Amino acid sequence: MPRSVAPWETPRELLVRAEDRTDPNFGHRPEERPAEEYLRFGLINLDKPAGPTSHEVAAWVKRILKVEQVGHGGTLEA
Amino acid sequence: MTGVLPVTLLEATKVVQALLYGGKEYVCVMKLHGDAQEAQVRKTLEEFEDLIYQRPPLRASVKRQLRTRRIYYSDFLEMNGRNVLFSVGCEGGTYIRKLCFDVGEVLGCGAHMQELRRTRAGPFVEKDSVTLQEVAYSFTEYQETQDLKILKRFVQPMERALMLVPKIYVRDSAIAAVCHGASLTAPGVLSLEGGIKEGSLIAVFSLKFEAVALARAVASSEQIVDMTHGVVAKVERVLMPRGTYPKCWKSGEKPDEQES
Repeated sequence: MPRSVAPWETPRELLVRAEDRTDPNFGHRPEERPAEEYLRFGLINLDKPAGPTSHEVAAWVKRILKVEQVGHGGTLEA
Repeated sequence: MTGVLPVTLLEATKVVQALLYGGKEYVCVMKLHGDAQEAQVRKTLEEFEDLIYQRPPLRASVKRQLRTRRIYYSDFLEMNGRNVLFSVGCEGGTYIRKLCFDVGEVLGCGAHMQELRRTRAGPFVEKDSVTLQEVAYSFTEYQETQDLKILKRFVQPMERALMLVPKIYVRDSAIAAVCHGASLTAPGVLSLEGGIKEGSLIAVFSLKFEAVALARAVASSEQIVDMTHGVVAKVERVLMPRGTYPKCWKSGEKPDEQES
């Protein structure tokens, strides 16, 4: 069976319909968000250790960072 | 099981749906229940590339119906006695445990998944991942110094989770309506990635590369580029807080300068 192109290997092209500028008085480029906002809209690429469940690990992150809510992308369980 | 686990904080949790999309990569140790030739094992792994059939196991929280899953690649790495090390790139929701079982069936000797490590989840890869210890250590350092650069060492903007989701870039004036859940219409569209089809999950982005919302396209990229009016995508999940961008001001004007 042939090897297929994975989603992270697909080339992307941009089609332009129109052009415009963005007002610097509103919003932020993600990398330029102020501290509190950076954390509120942030995520962590975590290397999960063996043993605890994905849910438990996410709960630890919640405790360490003292945030009210966390989620995780795709359970990694035995 | 170990490896790449994206953990979303607070508001960023809204992007979790996009992470189920975009594929995964694992490195796996499969333990054979009998002896097999390396050439045989290599060939069998290759047979499981492209589309395969799987029924979710008893423990799964999804409906247990037979479904197809795509294996993008399955690369034999090495074999030592009955232990086979291989890496596999696959669609989300693929059960590697079942894959090992089925490879064992085809080989004839039987096999099971001995160990699994996720090396990729969508755009997130192992080499950029951080451990819990690093998070704890760096966060303490950040709290002491308030140096944002330290925070940025282990926290990414939620937009990174959307790297593999096709994007539609919109004007500032279209953002407020989308933040209120309104469908995105053609006049608001500036540019978009190719490859979008009707029904595709897309991410609405601002010109500052901020994620505005997750939506479903109602037309293809080629169609959208030529549209002058009408709905382009239906919002599924708003990601940007309302009020970040104002409603429909003419560009350049501030609210108090607008003519009554």
